[in-house]
Amino acid sequence: MRTVIKTENISKQYRLGTIGTGNLYSDLTRWWYRLRGKEDPFLVIGETNDQSVRGNSEFVWALRNINFEVQQGDLVGLIGKNGSGKSTLLKLLSKITAPTTGVIKLRGRVASMLEVGTGFHPELTGRENVFLNGTIMGMTKKEVEKKFDQIVEFAGVARYIETPIKRYSSGMSVRLAFSVAAHLDPEILLVDEVLAVGDAEFQQKCLGKMSDVSKEGRTIIFVSHNLGSIRRLCNRGLVLSNGNLVFDGEVNLAVDNYLESLPSHDDTGSNVVSFEQDDSKLFQFTYISIEDGNNQSRGKYFYGDKIMVRLGYVIRQDCRNFSVRLALARNGETLFWTFDTDENEALFARRAKGEYLACIALPDFLKAGIYTVSVSFIEMGFEKEEHIDIIRFVLDDSTFDTSTKSYHLDRPGHIRPHTKWVYTEHPVEV
Amino acid sequence: MQATEEKWDTIITSKAPLFDFRLGEVWRYRDLLVLFVKRDIAQVYKQTILGPLWFFIQPFITTIVFTVIFGNLAEISTDGIPPILFYLAGITFWNFFAEALTKSSTVFRDNANIFGKVYFSRLVLPLSIVMNSFVKFCIQLLMFIIVYVYFMSVNDAVRPNAMALLFPVLVIITAGLAFGFGLLITSMTAKYRDLYFLIQFGIQLWFFATPVVYPLSEVDPENRIYAILNPMAAVVETFKYGFTGVGTFEWSYLAYSAGFMVVIVLLGILLFNRIEKTFVDII
Repeated sequence: MRTVIKTENISKQYRLGTIGTGNLYSDLTRWWYRLRGKEDPFLVIGETNDQSVRGNSEFVWALRNINFEVQQGDLVGLIGKNGSGKSTLLKLLSKITAPTTGVIKLRGRVASMLEVGTGFHPELTGRENVFLNGTIMGMTKKEVEKKFDQIVEFAGVARYIETPIKRYSSGMSVRLAFSVAAHLDPEILLVDEVLAVGDAEFQQKCLGKMSDVSKEGRTIIFVSHNLGSIRRLCNRGLVLSNGNLVFDGEVNLAVDNYLESLPSHDDTGSNVVSFEQDDSKLFQFTYISIEDGNNQSRGKYFYGDKIMVRLGYVIRQDCRNFSVRLALARNGETLFWTFDTDENEALFARRAKGEYLACIALPDFLKAGIYTVSVSFIEMGFEKEEHIDIIRFVLDDSTFDTSTKSYHLDRPGHIRPHTKWVYTEHPVEV
Repeated sequence: MQATEEKWDTIITSKAPLFDFRLGEVWRYRDLLVLFVKRDIAQVYKQTILGPLWFFIQPFITTIVFTVIFGNLAEISTDGIPPILFYLAGITFWNFFAEALTKSSTVFRDNANIFGKVYFSRLVLPLSIVMNSFVKFCIQLLMFIIVYVYFMSVNDAVRPNAMALLFPVLVIITAGLAFGFGLLITSMTAKYRDLYFLIQFGIQLWFFATPVVYPLSEVDPENRIYAILNPMAAVVETFKYGFTGVGTFEWSYLAYSAGFMVVIVLLGILLFNRIEKTFVDII
């Protein structure tokens, strides 16, 4: 197999704050050092990029000494929390900005989809935009012409193709934009979270298209928060944390590594996350904890244990059309959502201000795995204060021999329902 | 095996080699260049009833305004050429230069969004701006030719001479100057925008420093050398001279303008390519 991407010690430093006269001083200093052939003095003072902690330095490393190689045909999932450097890495690979230090070597044509519809002009028709967008992404006019019918068909907008994009629904323009990108035929395709847009059906279509592309021996680097689609699509995972590459290997191991690194609560110790309060917000979560039947907060559970989510939140002003959402994901794949208003419609109409405490008993059919909980409020149909994968717990089956059971971890399925098999008293004679 | 291991198509490093114009890349994106020009032309008349006709109306109004104002009011010498022809000749070239320069000097700022999302040869955008200005220039030129033919028929003094053949050279020099200065300005204002505020003002001053509304012969002979330091001066004068036979023409003046243009284009591309590598972080 050919190596198509090779990075050697790439780092990217960013400067925080605004650009003004202060920068002139550091620019001049930098220039003066360079003039004398010395090393850039600011490269030594950068800090790791932990966004939640207020650092001392204005300079942060969005990426630090990243080394990896990608072979032709690899489908690489980039995994990491917000701000871990995933997007920065894609920007470097796609030449949008240069690394501060290090070298990236690439083989073959690279196309990046960091955003769908880059360069779409609202006044131009669908046809004109397909050509413009396609050539911006690196195709020649001839190549676009050859694929034009396929692109339009895939997007399903044939009827509107001579209409300006500004008349399109947002779904239609996203479909058209993705369709252009999907027909690029580059040797290396970089994809950033673009599948977050569009409806579920189209997302499936896109994932299918991407795995087709990879079968033709092309290489894909894919960033997504949806660990489920990373697992399905990719064969290899890179985990980034605060700008460092912390794991590089088989995709399932990578996802597990990432999940285990999430708000790291001791598996046996207490498992609580508290939120910093800001009185100017209309509603906020106060804390979330995972507890057992005895109200003991912990991170590790076994089959048969009762698992409860205790959720505190405060509402500072009466709200209408309001729900609290809890989502449970197993090994990165969403298992279910639940709203507190699902069973209690009265709650939906009006919610008085005050502090609330909710206790959610998780169903007893969970199958062993790493579970993450996401919470948010939904007000007037809009998601607010979303906390993705805010807390996690482990359901362990190691105390229990499951090798003969249907819910053994190697067997398919995400849940372990207590299915009743009913037989007649006696087997029927044959 | 070892040999193929080391052959890479693209190598990205923190610094670009100093003298790398990366023109091959522009060629690879030539289709995009054409589409950008088409897009900019098309978007002007989208959703209008008159459509492309608007491209002719604007220069036509410019012509009328110049005819009325300068034809009747201004008292500045026009070297014996009919005033309308004189002003129109100057303004045709100047507008080309000023528009291409103004628009290309904000390339980084205007396209920060698209530059931040996808990579293509960045030089394509300023080039498309200059080409778009050239299209408008051609239409204005058509107006000039109509007026010119009229005066040829009524005035025996108005005749073109051999120097009119230099016309393509003048166009190239003007386009090159606007392109080069545009690249320099947009690169220099990417990080510190202070300079940007001076640009509009600077272009106005430049207008008066160029013999557009006055002939170069009006400038004192001892000061003429300063006037000719302005690379646009020789372009405008040569154009007027070639088509009306009146004006100042020296090969040395024109050679200076051409040389100036080459230097400024090279400098502009070098600086632009340098800034382009990380400008997304500083814009």
